[in-house]
Amino acid sequence: MSVLDIEAAAEQLVARPATGRPRYGLAIAGFVLPVLLAIIWEVLVASGIANGRLMPPPSVVGRTLWQLSASGELLTHAGATLWRVGAGFGLGALAGTLFGAVTGALPFARSLLDPTLQALRAIPSIAWVPLFILWLGIFEASKVALIAVGVFFPVYLGVAAAIQGIDRKIVEVGRVFRLSRLAMVRRVLLPAILPSWITSLRAGLGLGFMFVVAAEIMGASEGLGYLLVDGQQLGRPDTIIAAIISFAVLGKLADGLLVAITRPFLTWQDTARDKL
Amino acid sequence: MLSFDQLFKTYADGTRALSAITLDVRQGEIVALLGGSGCGKTTLLRLVAGLDRPSAGAIRLDGEVIAEPRADVGVIFQEPRLFPWLGVAENVGFGLSHLSRFEREGLVTNALVRVGLGGYEKRWPRELSGGQQQRVAIARALVTRPKLLLMDEPFSALDATTRASLHGHLLALWQESRPTVVMVTHDVEEAVTLADRIVVMQPKPGRIFDELDNPLARPRDRLSPAFEAAKREALRALDRSLRDEAPRQEKAAETAGMWW
Repeated sequence: MSVLDIEAAAEQLVARPATGRPRYGLAIAGFVLPVLLAIIWEVLVASGIANGRLMPPPSVVGRTLWQLSASGELLTHAGATLWRVGAGFGLGALAGTLFGAVTGALPFARSLLDPTLQALRAIPSIAWVPLFILWLGIFEASKVALIAVGVFFPVYLGVAAAIQGIDRKIVEVGRVFRLSRLAMVRRVLLPAILPSWITSLRAGLGLGFMFVVAAEIMGASEGLGYLLVDGQQLGRPDTIIAAIISFAVLGKLADGLLVAITRPFLTWQDTARDKL
Repeated sequence: MLSFDQLFKTYADGTRALSAITLDVRQGEIVALLGGSGCGKTTLLRLVAGLDRPSAGAIRLDGEVIAEPRADVGVIFQEPRLFPWLGVAENVGFGLSHLSRFEREGLVTNALVRVGLGGYEKRWPRELSGGQQQRVAIARALVTRPKLLLMDEPFSALDATTRASLHGHLLALWQESRPTVVMVTHDVEEAVTLADRIVVMQPKPGRIFDELDNPLARPRDRLSPAFEAAKREALRALDRSLRDEAPRQEKAAETAGMWW
């Protein structure tokens, strides 16, 4: 590849954000399949070909969603779920980052802590539930603890791997410019691990939503997971699907919020992000 | 003045990377360290940069022993090694954080113009070609006005045209403040183009084989007979340095011609 080719490619990279139109078209394309399926199912049920009792048509699910939100129930449940995920994610991400940083940076800490943490990681997190309920009671604390455990591991692994993966060559540039330890962390190490850290936070947040369902199914009086169990016990598949949709929307919104908050720090690699 | 005094470097695995290196480099002189692979030239440069410690002996810059990176020593590596999360201007100004924003911006803009990248301040490194990135790295090393500039094969990854134009940029920058330059290269033509003195090194253990003065006046015409003669002399010295290592093995001598 000649210099001219590379330069031309670079121009294209710069020019791309301006020409966003084709990508909107592609984004719409993603809606075609689910909307089409929903319409087909609606027609099949309305025309009596399908029964629709166990798999209610979109209109019934929509009505249930509307009723739940109009009565304020949905808000209560979603609020409870979000609070648990938020608290568990906060604790898990904080602990994961601290432990990841320590084991990533200090070989001694790694040999001391990492085997134990890896062994704990091998335990399916749901297996902690009975113990957490015994230790922390059946209310919020045990649920938050379970979510925190779920969030902890991807963040821990991500941060530790990112620190060990920092390019030695670029650290050397910091040494040439005689950065103090603190300046080295602030100006070189933190920016270098930021992308992996954010990716691990996103993975952790996804797991947080997974574990909040588990925690709420095991016993809760409110929360979207409770709504799932409630729908099952009352034989209301529309309630279950409404809860599932709410989970999907909340999860996507939370991830989107995380991406939006962190985007300003990652503009330097936004073209790489587009490919993810 | 930069002086090497009986310098030895032996790595933990027993590799004798450098042996009894003694050399004086005058203020403002450009010295090229020329040699085949494994002759310790990069090791030597890292010692001068203060990135590694010698096993014995000392390197002095104006009488002070170099034991760690110094503010008045600039380094250009083989790769650009830009910080991908900083824009071009912030990369160039990385070593100027002690200055006010205004002063810094002035110096950075000037340095970028000198390497032919005026107007590129707000670009990201990934948007630049390899040659442009290396120019940013040159600007970053020179913007602090170092007394001593170290270069480790900084142009070896570039194509011939880009390399020649960067030689020009580098000499123009050098003429401004006339820092002492120690550069590592395996390219004879590059050494003859840039250096006042060519130090030919020999491997196993890395040591100085010969020193050649380069009397050519600047600007140097690559096509002149004098340039050709200087190049041939350097090639011959390099050849000898590699042959002396294993004089009886004919095969080794034949392939030695291709070492660079």
